[in-house]
Amino acid sequence: MSAALVGIGELPNVRRSEGATTLGTLADVAAEAVADAGLSPADVDGLLVGPQVGETPQHVPATVAEYLGLQPTVSNVVDLGGATGCGMVWRAAAAIAAGMCETVLCVLGNTREGDPPRSPNRNPIREFDVPFGASGANTSYALIAQRHMHDYGTTRDQLAHAVVAQRQNAQHNELAVFHGRPLTVDDVLSAPPVVEPLGLLDVVMPCAGGAAVVVTSADRAAAAGRPVVTLAGAGEKVTHRAIAFAPDLTAGPLADAIHHAYRQAGVGPEDLGLLSLYDCYSIMLAVTVEDAGLCAKGQGGRWLAERDLTWRGSLPLNPHGGQLSCGQADLAGGMSHVVEAVRQLRGEAGSRQVGGRPLALVTGNGATMSEATALVLRGEDR
Amino acid sequence: MSASTAPRRPGPTPTPVSQPFWDAAAAGTLTLQHCGRCDAVVFYPRHRCPRCWAEALAWRPASGRGTVATYTVVHKPGHPAFAPDTPYVVALIDLAEGPRMLSAVVGCEPGQVRIGMPVRVRFTAGADHPLPLFEPEEEP
Repeated sequence: MSAALVGIGELPNVRRSEGATTLGTLADVAAEAVADAGLSPADVDGLLVGPQVGETPQHVPATVAEYLGLQPTVSNVVDLGGATGCGMVWRAAAAIAAGMCETVLCVLGNTREGDPPRSPNRNPIREFDVPFGASGANTSYALIAQRHMHDYGTTRDQLAHAVVAQRQNAQHNELAVFHGRPLTVDDVLSAPPVVEPLGLLDVVMPCAGGAAVVVTSADRAAAAGRPVVTLAGAGEKVTHRAIAFAPDLTAGPLADAIHHAYRQAGVGPEDLGLLSLYDCYSIMLAVTVEDAGLCAKGQGGRWLAERDLTWRGSLPLNPHGGQLSCGQADLAGGMSHVVEAVRQLRGEAGSRQVGGRPLALVTGNGATMSEATALVLRGEDR
Repeated sequence: MSASTAPRRPGPTPTPVSQPFWDAAAAGTLTLQHCGRCDAVVFYPRHRCPRCWAEALAWRPASGRGTVATYTVVHKPGHPAFAPDTPYVVALIDLAEGPRMLSAVVGCEPGQVRIGMPVRVRFTAGADHPLPLFEPEEEP
């Protein structure tokens, strides 16, 4: 695929966004990304947006296009939970390759006021999970963590090491909700239990915020005169919705998605210089490094604990702090991993700039380890 | 949180397809669908078999036995109506017939639940919608 990621935008993550509207938030982050690309709104002829549950149930692309004054020749909702951001990027590249458009705005945002509405629906999750006290994602990831610990001897201490390393990274990221709040392993281990074996600091903090990426043709990107980040490979797989129907409780569809992306890019895990891995829960990091072939199955906890995962390390993990330190602005949280990879591959990450090979693995993970998208992004040699 | 101020507990939301499952639950029986074409045992209730897409799904009583595949002790529930129950155990149960279902383990302390533990179905009594929960299988 000969498409490039030329513009990024990201809003501060905040716990509350009183007075902000979702469409206004999307406009803020879209403007930032298009300006960063050195483009103007008139250059945008493709639009990918997320679902807006309870706010705009239908016609989301048309609503956002109208609000932003765009008339895209390709527009769609991407609805893959935490994998949405990564899923947008390859869809944008595919639309460009198909000749349907040249420059695609991929935009996600979230507002947060008071308690979210609880809408009635007829989803099987509502019928067969919620009545048993298993609302939301926490219980599913706790069930994954418990089984991973049972089968492989993974420990809370190992996972805490990764959480703390990411928090160190976040001290260099002013957009992170936990900027200025470092952690110790003891802090993570002694945090109140939420869903055993996961404690409060193993779980993402819901936030308001936004993140956007502009994808355009390689030709147009080359003409922009900025460091070019290209999409070298992508992969995607969806296997289930509810955790009871996961084909495997300790390995996800990310394994297939990542290896598809490696094959497209002609690379392997040994070639990577940066990991930008979706981290809704600490256990997800252990599963993902296994799925990525960075270590043997079951060794993810040990792998995380034995390395310097900070931006200073030889293979840094989530130098922006990951969602565990940045906060999760709903689907924009997944896109933050794309934004950070582009920032790093351009060499524009300031005091947390990583060294090493300009090749990044970015992952997105949705629902209960159900929806997986992986990207391999390549920067220019430094 | 007192019972009077706790939000209403979200019960099941039966569909025309799943209604027989809940009707059987109300009568104290766990039932599963069996595919007449490919012999798959199906949970949750479907209109067509998720393996071969046949419509020939028939209801049969299940043994009610299973084992704990994994579990979590919930301290902060996702829905506020469950706060008075904390800590409680949500688990995935591998039913003897094959399917895996999410449920809760009751009838023992949360700290006694283990992966691999044999369990047996026990329906909640006195509720609007009896739920198939599981308790430790008594040693023979």
